[in-house]
Parts: sequence; structure tokens; C-alpha cells
Amino acid sequence: MSIVIDNVSKHFVGFRALSNVSLEIPTGGLVALLGPSGCGKTTLLRIVAGLDRQDSGRILFDGDDMTRVHTRERRVGFVFQHYALFRHMTVYDNIAFGLTVRPRRLRPSAAEINAKVCELLSLVQLEGLAQRYPSQLSGGQRQRVALARGLAVNPKVLLLDEPFGALDARVRKELRSWLRQLHDELHVTSIFVTHDQDEALEVADTVVVMNAGRIEQIGSPHEVCAAPATPFVRDFLSDVAPPRVQAPKIVPLPSKAVG
Amino acid sequence: MRGAAPPAVAETASVRRTLIAIALAFVAVSLVLPLVLVLSQGLADGAAAYWAALREPDAIAALKLTLLAAAIAVPANLVFGLSAAWAIAKFEFKGKQLLLTLIDLPFAVSPVISGLIYVLLFGLQGWFGPWLAEHDLKIIFAVPGIVLATIFVTFPFVARELIPVMQEQGTDEEEAAATLGAGGWQTFFRVSLPNVKWALLYGVVLCNARAMGEFGAVSVVSGHIRGLTNTLPLHVEILYNEYNAVAAFAVASLLMGLALVTLVLKTWIESRAQRAAIAPEAAA
Repeated sequence: MSIVIDNVSKHFVGFRALSNVSLEIPTGGLVALLGPSGCGKTTLLRIVAGLDRQDSGRILFDGDDMTRVHTRERRVGFVFQHYALFRHMTVYDNIAFGLTVRPRRLRPSAAEINAKVCELLSLVQLEGLAQRYPSQLSGGQRQRVALARGLAVNPKVLLLDEPFGALDARVRKELRSWLRQLHDELHVTSIFVTHDQDEALEVADTVVVMNAGRIEQIGSPHEVCAAPATPFVRDFLSDVAPPRVQAPKIVPLPSKAVG
Repeated sequence: MRGAAPPAVAETASVRRTLIAIALAFVAVSLVLPLVLVLSQGLADGAAAYWAALREPDAIAALKLTLLAAAIAVPANLVFGLSAAWAIAKFEFKGKQLLLTLIDLPFAVSPVISGLIYVLLFGLQGWFGPWLAEHDLKIIFAVPGIVLATIFVTFPFVARELIPVMQEQGTDEEEAAATLGAGGWQTFFRVSLPNVKWALLYGVVLCNARAMGEFGAVSVVSGHIRGLTNTLPLHVEILYNEYNAVAAFAVASLLMGLALVTLVLKTWIESRAQRAAIAPEAAA
């Protein structure tokens, strides 16, 4: 599903979090919102999810205005920086939650739910841990449960807020390439927020560099490194090695996608 | 701690023994002795006199009224405490600090004064007195006044237990539930409530203990009408003032029993909650 962010602004008491931000994400895209903390990237992600409301501007999913649509109707999978797993539920119940809260006529049967949960557990490589509680898992395992929980409802959009921010460097690297592979399998339109340049350049097809509530540049990882559009982008990416040119197996975005 | 205390904070054995002895002696004199005394005084004229005091109609009426007041005050404060804690922990709004301060008011004000406030409001000479008299409604020196006074003094318990727990948990899980398609009530019953159940239960137990034991505020609004507006604590006072020590202590031992049940429940909840925090499967 395509996402259009149309001229969105948001201010909190005392400061402007977003100023007239516009961005188009094509179906199946994997976009990184990259910027220093406080640049508005998480606010933008939360507005797309419906967790925060913009002051002005619109969010369109496949051309439909989502402004008045509640979070629970938007069908977004949201992965929180600190996982936000339901602490009193097992891994299994966490993943099944989105299916079990459906109204009875839309709810899959117990057997279908079970099949779906097992499928997701194997997708995130946590087959043996279904009966564990979140507090008994490592950070990387928790984040994978959070991802499986988000995917259980067949989201049209996957939104990840600093998904690897709370993990140690080695696990972060592993999960990064794993996320890229997962996206190539599922092709669900995804946006992830990060302040880590390497992470954005390695994982995303399109990098959106943000600063002080504005978009500084939109481009492929190669473009933003090779041809930074503003002094800020040059400065922000200066200490990063330029990315390898992307492997051809990743389908390039249609050119109208970024604009 | 045990056995592994670094030398810098380790006390000598004699210091440790003295400290423990002081604590135990204090507990014995101020807590255990009164309990023993209450029971022995209640049984001073034998078990028959003890049972007679408890079976007396006025004592039964007092017990019923105490249970009724608690049965109304505890659920009322449960609902209020949950809503207040919810509002304070999960939303930002103007007057939040004021609400927090007001919740503590019953702790700060002497119960006698809170009873007097109700007399000034609803008594015959009070603000609403004439209107109430016109409509033949009795609040002061009647059951409604006792319930109101009990609700007031037990107001903070549930909210005060819940607020820190809810604040620490934040709103992430509720937001996650919303993105997964859960409605408001589903989120409340399946995510928010289970996360605070031990704190809630703890608050309810404390609230109940206070509701049954309250003396000051209830004493002012009750009017001490035997068999009608006497709660257990008030009944104990009346009996004692009539030099009926055996009956007074027998009834007092009932309240003491309630207190002990509360303590046991409180300890049990604390240990369950602690286990739930460490290994959730033990408490699931």
C-alpha cells in the first residue's frame, strides 16, 4: 500500500516538531527516516500510525485520507523502540492478541489463530519460546516478538520506531540484515525511524534525512552520500563510509516515488 | 545481602543483636501486648459472655452497618481510584497537580474535621440542610452520612497505590493494543487492568481495612443511635463508656480479627506481586 504524507505540520507546546513535511512512499517501499534526536522523525511516524494527530496536512493510504481514521482502523503494524510487549502475556498470547481482539464475526477460528502464530514464530525464529514471558527474553528476542505481533494482523504498513535502538551493537547488526531479508520476502510497505546513519544506509531503499522538523533530502542511500543536498546532510553523513552500491536483486523504486 | 555484606557496612554481632532486640521489644509492647489484652479482656468472663456480647442485636446491627458502609465505600473508591489514577498516569491535562494534591486531602485533614464538614454541609443548620429537610432526606445522623464520611476518609488508598505503578508503565502497551485493533474496553480489560491487578488489590485491601475501622469522621456524623447508626468502632466506644469492658473487648476482638485478615491478605498480595515481577509464570 502506498503512503502519502501531504504537507503535515505539528507543534507541541513551545516548539515545532514538523513543518510542512511532504513525502510519498510507494507500495512495498522500505524507507528510513534518519536524523538527530528531536528532528521530528518519531513524531512523523506516530502521525502516520494515528498515535498522534497532525495540526494540519493529510496522511493518505492508497489515496484514502486517514486523518479521521482511528489507529485501530488503520491496519498498521507498529514496532516500538522499547518493544511495548504485553508483560503479563506469553509470547504466544502477545502474537495472537491482534487476532483475538477482533469482533467475533471477523475473528479467525482457534485453529487458524494457532496456525498463524506458529507460522510467525518460525518466521522470527522463536519456535521454542511460545510459552515464555517477555521478561524472560533477551532484547533481540523481544524485538522479534514485537515484530511478529505486528505482522499477525496482516498490516498494510509496517512502522518501526528505532527498532534496534535499545540493542547492543552485535545484535543490532544481525537484526538489520534480517529485517532487510524479511522485507524482501513480505514486501509490506515499511517506514523505520533511526538516528543511526549506518543502519539507514544499509537497510533502506530510500533514506529521508530530517532536521529540525523539516526534510533535508530524500534519496537512495547512494544519492544522499554521494550528493548531499544541504550542508546539514553532508555534515550528518560525513563520518559514514559510503554504502556499497546496492545489490541488483533489490528492485529499484519507481522514480516518481521520491519527490 | 545475607552473608555477602561488604565489611564497610557489616555491624558487629552485638550491635546487630541489640538492634533486633530493641525492634522486637517495641513490637511486643506496642503491638502484640494490646492484641493479647483485647482477647484476654474479652474472654475475662468466659466464652459464654464473649459470645453473648457478639450475638447481642445491637452488636449485630453495628457489624451489619460496618459491612454495608465498607461494601459501598470500597467499590466507590475502586472506581474513583482507577479513573483518577488512569487520568493522572496516562494523560496530560491542566489541574493534574491539583487533582493529585486533592486526592491526598483526606490523609492531611483530621477525620473529625472531615466529619464536621459533612455536618456543616448536610446538617439541619448546614448549607443543604433546609432543602434536605423539605424533601424529607436524612443524611446526617443516618446511614448515608456514615457512608459519605467513610468514602471521604478512604478516598486516597486505591488511587495512591495505582498512580506510581501506572506512571512507571507508561502508555506504550495501550498504544500497541490500539495499533493491533483493540477497542478501548478491550485494551482496558486485557492490557491495562491485568498490569495493575496486584497494586489494585493491595489498595482495595487497605481501603477496606480503613473503611471498617474508621472512627473519627463516622463518630461525628453518626449520632450514635444504637442499632441504627452505630458502626463497630462506635459500638465498642459506647460499651466501654458504659463500663461494660467484657462486651467492649469482645466486639473489639472482631475488629482485630478483621485487621489480622487484612494483614495476611496484604502480605500474600505483596509476595505474589513480587513473584509476578520476577517470574511472571508463577503468578499467571
